[in-house]
Amino acid sequence: MSTLRAGWVITQRDLAHWVRQPWTPIFGLLFTIMLLLVFGFLFGGAITVPGGGDYISFLLPGMLALSMMFGVESTTTAMAADARKGITDRFRSMPIGSASVSLGRVGADMANSAVELLVLLLGGLVIGWRISSDPAPVALAVVLLLLFRFAVLWIGIYLGLAFRGDGATTAVQVLVWPIGFLSTAIVSAETMPGWLGAVASWNPLSATASAIRQLFGNPTGITEGPLADGAVWLAVAWPVLITAVFLPLSARAYRKLRR
Amino acid sequence: MATDHSLTADGLRKRYGDVHALDGFDLTVASGTIHGLLGPNGAGKSTAVKALTTLIDIDGGTARVAGHDVRTRPGEVRRRIGLIGQNVAVDEILGGRQNLVMFGRLFGLSTADARTRADELLAVFGLTEAADRAVSAYSGGMRRRLDIAAGLILTPAVLFLDEPTTGLDPRARNEVWQTIRQIAERGTTVLLTTQYLDEADQLASRISVMNHGKVIASGSPEELKRQVGGDRVTVTLPRREALVPLADRLAAVIGETASVDAEAHAVTFEVGAGVVALADIVRALDQLGIAPEDLVLRRPTLDEVFLTLTEKEEVR
Repeated sequence: MSTLRAGWVITQRDLAHWVRQPWTPIFGLLFTIMLLLVFGFLFGGAITVPGGGDYISFLLPGMLALSMMFGVESTTTAMAADARKGITDRFRSMPIGSASVSLGRVGADMANSAVELLVLLLGGLVIGWRISSDPAPVALAVVLLLLFRFAVLWIGIYLGLAFRGDGATTAVQVLVWPIGFLSTAIVSAETMPGWLGAVASWNPLSATASAIRQLFGNPTGITEGPLADGAVWLAVAWPVLITAVFLPLSARAYRKLRR
Repeated sequence: MATDHSLTADGLRKRYGDVHALDGFDLTVASGTIHGLLGPNGAGKSTAVKALTTLIDIDGGTARVAGHDVRTRPGEVRRRIGLIGQNVAVDEILGGRQNLVMFGRLFGLSTADARTRADELLAVFGLTEAADRAVSAYSGGMRRRLDIAAGLILTPAVLFLDEPTTGLDPRARNEVWQTIRQIAERGTTVLLTTQYLDEADQLASRISVMNHGKVIASGSPEELKRQVGGDRVTVTLPRREALVPLADRLAAVIGETASVDAEAHAVTFEVGAGVVALADIVRALDQLGIAPEDLVLRRPTLDEVFLTLTEKEEVR
């Protein structure tokens, strides 16, 4: 109980940041919207989707998944900054449960990402993206996106705790790009050379992107392979696996602060 | 039973690879006193504070803070201490009041109680006017005061301050000193680490000097200074005068050996009572018909206390 309450207090601290500095989350959103417009309209004309379909309808679910993955940056940055400034040590010297600090981060980042998703969904509808399925699969798609964000969050918490220097943050900021692009978020794996397409298909980001395309009734760019039938299952399995690895690693990194 | 405000450490050990950050660290701090832990960078001061505030596991030894063992009852210890680390550990985006309310709630206060306590502390620390401004707009001294306030929410039995004035300008430093004195007057035991003898001297009733992970000397500021000799008087002589013969003559007058700094063309004497020696030296210079370029009376610096104490340690 005290752990949950303390986690909630730490979450509220971040929510209060939005009120104090609304531009930080707004710029984050504008950046994702800019990416959406760049790919949707600038590059999109030159991209065809295997299996047919409109590129904007293919792209938007990919961008949703990509924005969830990019969330790893803000998680890592926030954790590393608190550790570096001594705020984590102050929390650790207080009578609160050891999971409180991470739970607070989870609460704040999930809230942030939920708002981001909502804005991107509405923005997508404005630029011509359409949902052609029922409410139940749409709800499942949103759950899968948040599940993916949840998994990525634990990667961020681990990296922020284990590598506290500015280097960690910079490394994450650089690495999310190749990892994000080496997926089916923006282009179909079937337009890539065979081996590269195989790597991209096994990217957890691709599982989530493909699954929600199916659930929204959007073109998937997939005509064969494991993602054609099993994307939804993979979009559950990958995040569960990532969480199963990085949640214990995060707990271990937190304990290692005691060294 | 009254709350126990004392602190004892007995043979604490902490190793990082080959480095013995704490190597048999002993310390006893009496209730309600300010104790200075003095030492150069890397002496192990921060490690000692981290061990005593339950932030790190210790490899050996025992420590009790406010009546509880840090190893077996860390939760009880945490309820009774405040930690002010080397960095100002408050949220810079939030306002001062928001910070204190947040930390108050983390200490288990209800939101209403946390607000009341925050307002009390803001008033005590002269931050009421700035309460709603973002901390990033605070001066260095204001930040440090807020940081200290955050460590006092539950009126801790023992407050730990790890180099609280490093990086502050003299005015802000005086504000912080004033604050620390007020805290101790209210009965909180304070353990203060510092690199500056001056700071320990100003605040602490007892000082422990630390080097290589252990305490090498302890006592009141006066006792420590007596151990390293008294005040220093440095006479800088005009370049045209021959340094060594003059140094010898001055030494004969005041009955202390002179240490000669040829480069600065200066002579330094370790003297018991600085003011008396100063008068003797002025008189002697006058008789010799020499006008010194500079004449300085000063306390031993940490370097000197430290060098003297470590030399003694090596001899032993």
